[in-house]
Amino acid sequence: MSETGPHNDMAEPEEHLPATRGAHGAEAAVPGDPFADPGHPEHEFRRQDIDEKAATHSERVVAGLFTLSMLGTLAFITSFVIFPVDKYIYVFPLGHVSALNFSLGLSLAVALIGIGAGAVHWARTLMSDEEMPDERHQASADDELRANIEAQWQQGVKESGFGRRKLVRTTMLGALTLVPLSAVVILRDLGPLPEEKLRHTAWAKGKALINPNTNKPLRPEDIPVGSLTFAQPEGLNEQDEDFQTQIAKAALMVVRLKPEDIKDKKELDWSHQGIVAFSKICTHVGCPVSLYEQQTHHVLCPCHQSTFDLSDGARVIFGPAGHRLPQLRISVNGEGNLVAMSDFEVPVGPAFWERG
Amino acid sequence: MKKLSARRRHPLAALVVLLFALAAIGGLYSALAPAPKAQADDSSSQSLEITEGRKLFSVGCASCHGAHGQGSSDGPSLVGVGSAAVDFQVGTGRMPAQQPGPQIQKKKTQYTQKDIDQLAAFIASLGPGPVTPTPDQYDPAGGDVAKGGELFRTNCSQCHNFVGKGGALTDGKYAPTLKGVDPKHIYEAMQTGPQNMPSFPDTTMPSKNKADIIAYLQAVDTAKSKNPGGFTLGSLGPVPEGLFAYIFGLGALIAVAAWIAARTTKAKKS
Repeated sequence: MSETGPHNDMAEPEEHLPATRGAHGAEAAVPGDPFADPGHPEHEFRRQDIDEKAATHSERVVAGLFTLSMLGTLAFITSFVIFPVDKYIYVFPLGHVSALNFSLGLSLAVALIGIGAGAVHWARTLMSDEEMPDERHQASADDELRANIEAQWQQGVKESGFGRRKLVRTTMLGALTLVPLSAVVILRDLGPLPEEKLRHTAWAKGKALINPNTNKPLRPEDIPVGSLTFAQPEGLNEQDEDFQTQIAKAALMVVRLKPEDIKDKKELDWSHQGIVAFSKICTHVGCPVSLYEQQTHHVLCPCHQSTFDLSDGARVIFGPAGHRLPQLRISVNGEGNLVAMSDFEVPVGPAFWERG
Repeated sequence: MKKLSARRRHPLAALVVLLFALAAIGGLYSALAPAPKAQADDSSSQSLEITEGRKLFSVGCASCHGAHGQGSSDGPSLVGVGSAAVDFQVGTGRMPAQQPGPQIQKKKTQYTQKDIDQLAAFIASLGPGPVTPTPDQYDPAGGDVAKGGELFRTNCSQCHNFVGKGGALTDGKYAPTLKGVDPKHIYEAMQTGPQNMPSFPDTTMPSKNKADIIAYLQAVDTAKSKNPGGFTLGSLGPVPEGLFAYIFGLGALIAVAAWIAARTTKAKKS
């Protein structure tokens, strides 16, 4: 807020030159030097500097804000004590919210805002706002101190025997070099390269399609036209350590189309009585894609709107996906359960460098 | 007769003849056509409902779905859709449809529940299909909220959002919000798969699972559902929450800082 002298002589003829100043700025403004240091503007006083009554008022405001903060903290402690964790209250735009969370948040906000606002008001109205120039001190230490430290360092080197006892020095350097190798072991799960993991899933010939809702094998008669069912491979257990890794690749959606609606011959061949099974992982960046519209047979990916036509071999009909959704070839086994005839023939999910 | 003959060239004569002809054909038809007596001798209330339902159907539905519910170019066949589909479509006001569009909209219900039951009985008589659920099937009190949440996130959340707020589909279609929807209608929608929604039949999602899902929806998304965290911001997840903090939180801080700095404390205002 250091104004450039609002009360300067407006009659200054050269408009791009800094305004010459009165008593305070005159010594710096050399006529004819456009880059001269204009110096400090004249200090202006605040009401609180002149009027003691105004200063007292400001003091009370600051004290009031700090007191508000204290009350906020007390309210914070009180609400922590009095509200049980399962008490809910209705607060207009928020709905039924936890009384404890709401009052803790509100009172802590009051406590913090009180301190902040009080400090700002104090600094702006009561603390001195006199402008004071202060030269930067020299960056380097003075010569005497530097010489002293140099001498101490040399003495330390001599006393430790670092230069003389070569065995100590060499083994220390060896130890320091080896220690970082432990990081390689700790971070080893960042690698190695995925190798064939991206090309294979938990599906294999003869593995039954398990309905995750019931944990029972799916049967063709369970799946009417227009329904949507998901499936996971037989033998995959939610308690398994690698369950998430496996299901992330093996997730499957199963729908039944009327066989005459299937336009793609391979899709029809790989189906069972019109039941088709496709990977649920989008071939763009791997979002779960299962927004299935049963009348159009389209599947939409919620992330980037890639749309696949399940009646035409899961062809991409819109969006950024580059590949069809991989189809799983299915059939029924002797017990009448739906089973996979093999793993997916192409990698599931997004493209990767070596996919080819 | 002479009078009549004299007026035979009157401009309205042709119209009068046409009216007479129509009346004659209509009269002959009503006299000669075989009387509908299919269920006439069965006096049970079920067949009465079907008869009443057929009447309602002929008036309100047959123009699109065909005189016998066989469907036409304007509406699908209703053979085998079951009473649950009728109860859902008519009970939520989607049927009778008001106007064509990407999706038939929910609106004020046009029929009383009694009429809906009669229509449902008629449609159910056309072919076997999902049956209107009984209250104990969809009672949210009997469901397991945690299991329902798991099932909902697996089967439904891709379209309806993870607390049932709904979401967009292709070409102007959308999955509607499930907030405030009658548990019976949620159950029927899962059974029948209205419009582009796939069905989740009892064979792949047993009745108990459906009750669990309804219990979950009641717990998370009604006017009364409890919300420990406060403002949900549409339950759209961490992205809008972060956006809200960046735009409104940081924005408010910047505005306050600018407001503080814009006001001079000097006694002499410049």
